[in-house]
Amino acid sequence: MTNVKMKVNGKTVAREVPDETLLSEFLREHLRLTGTHIGCDTSQCGACAVHVNGKMVKACTALAVSLEGAEVTTIEGLANGELHPMQVAFHDNHGLQCGFCTPGMIMAGVDMVNRYKAEGRELTSEAIRHELEGNICRCTGYHNIVKSIEDAAAKM
Amino acid sequence: MYPVKYHKPNTIDDAVAALAAGEEAMVLAGGQTLLATMKQHLASPSDLVDIRGIDGMVGACIDGDTLVIGAATTHAEVAGSAVVRKHCPGLAALAGNIGDPAVRNMGTIGGSLANNDPAACYPSAMLALGATIVTNTRQISADDYFQGMFATALEEGEIITSVRVDAPAKAAYAKFAQPASLFALVGVFVADGPHGVRVAVTGAGDDGVFRHAGLEAALASDWSAGALDSVDVSEDGLISDIHGSADYRAHLIKVMAKRAVAAA
Ligand SMILES: Cc1cc2nc3c(=O)[nH]c(=O)nc-3n(C[C@H](O)[C@H](O)[C@H](O)COP(=O)(O)OP(=O)(O)OC[C@H]3O[C@@H](n4cnc5c(N)ncnc54)[C@H](O)[C@@H]3O)c2cc1C
Ligand code: FES
Ligand code: FES
Repeated sequence: MTNVKMKVNGKTVAREVPDETLLSEFLREHLRLTGTHIGCDTSQCGACAVHVNGKMVKACTALAVSLEGAEVTTIEGLANGELHPMQVAFHDNHGLQCGFCTPGMIMAGVDMVNRYKAEGRELTSEAIRHELEGNICRCTGYHNIVKSIEDAAAKM
Repeated sequence: MYPVKYHKPNTIDDAVAALAAGEEAMVLAGGQTLLATMKQHLASPSDLVDIRGIDGMVGACIDGDTLVIGAATTHAEVAGSAVVRKHCPGLAALAGNIGDPAVRNMGTIGGSLANNDPAACYPSAMLALGATIVTNTRQISADDYFQGMFATALEEGEIITSVRVDAPAKAAYAKFAQPASLFALVGVFVADGPHGVRVAVTGAGDDGVFRHAGLEAALASDWSAGALDSVDVSEDGLISDIHGSADYRAHLIKVMAKRAVAAA
C-alpha cells in the first residue's frame, strides 16, 4: 500500500491504495469519478483517456502510484460552470449515441486541439481521423465525432 | 493484477539494487506493454522498478555527430525533439507514428527495445542505423542486440540507459500498419550513413527484425526506389498469420522499402 497524492480536477486528493491500482481504478473506485469509462482495459479503446500533466494518457494503462504529485484532468473537470466548447460541440453535432466512448473522445478532442494550436498546425478532418486512432466508437461511425471536434476547434 | 511492490529510485545504482533485491523484480518504463501483460497474468513481477525518475534517462541530445536518446524518453518526446528532427528526421517520424497519441505519451524507446516485439517499429531503426544500445554495464551494437522474437542480449537485471545513433545522411521508415493493433504488419527502415547502406525489416520475420542483403546491395549501387524493382524478396522465414501470408508480407517488404527510399 502507498499513500498516493495527486491533484485531480484542481483538487488535491490523497488515498492509501495497493501499488497495483490503475489510474482508472483510482479515479473510479477510490474517488468515485465514474465519468472515466473502462471499455477494453487493454489500452485499445481510449474510453478511459484522461489528461496527466497536460498530456493524454489511457488511465487503464498507468499505475496510480507512479503519478504521485501529478495533475490529472478527467471529463468531470472540463466544464467550468458552463460546458466546455468540446462538450457543446458534441451536443450540437450529435457526436454521440450511447455515449460510452464519449468521455474519451472529448478528452482526445481537447488534447488534439490544444496540441495542434501550440504547434501552429492546422487540424484538418483528416488529421482528426488520424489522431483518433486510439479511440474506438461502436455507434456513430465517427463522422459526427470528427465534425464535433472540427466545430470545437474553431471555437476553442 | 497480482499484488506488486512499486519502487521509484532516483539513481541507476538504487534501481540496480532494487532489481536485485526483489524476488522477481522487473523494470517499469511507460507500462504500455508491461501493464497489459501483468493484467493477463503473463507477467507477475513481485516488484516494479520505475526508471522514469532517474537523472539523465529522459531527453535527446547530440554528442558530436551522434544522437543520444535517454531510454525513458517517450515516443512523443522523440517525435517532437528538435535534435532528433534535425539529425535523423526519419527516426522522429517513426516515433510519431507508433500506436496512438496516448500510447506515445507514455511508451518509451528503452521499453520498446527491451521488449523487442517482432512487430515493433524501433528495432528496425536501430538495426538499419547501426545504433548502439547503452546499458548500465556495457554498450551493445544493434547487430548483437536483437536475438529473435522478444529476445535480446540483455542480461537479468540489466537496464538500458540510452541509445546512440550516428547521424545518417539519409534515412526513413515506412510502415504498413496492422489496422487493429497499429503495430507493423511490415515496416522497413532504410538508412545511408556512417555504417553504410542498411535496410532492416520488422513485422515480417519469424525471428524478429532482420536486415535484407538484396535490398541493401541494390540501394548501395543506386539509391532509388526504382533500383529495388529487380530485387527478389523471398517469403522464406517470413511470418504467415491471419493478418497476412508470408507471400503477402514479402510483397509488402518491397513496397515499404520503396516508399521509405522515396521519403528519405
Ligand atoms: C495500442 C498500442 C499500440 C501500439 N503500437 C505500437 C506500434 O505501432 N509500434 C511499436 O513499436 N510499438 C507499439 N506499441 C508498443 C509501445 O511502443 C510500448 O510503449 C513499448 O513497446 C513498450 O515501452 P514501454 O516504455 O511502455 O515499456 P514497459 O511496458 O514499461 O516495459 C516493457 C518491457 O521492457 C522492460 N523495460 C522497459 N524499459 C527498460 C529499460 N530501460 N531497460 C531494460 N528493460 C526495460 C520492462 O521490464 C518490460 O519487460 C503499442 C502499444 C499499444 C498499447
Ligand atoms: S479502457 Fe483504457 S483504453 Fe480501453
Ligand atoms: S457513442 Fe456509443 S460507443 Fe461511441
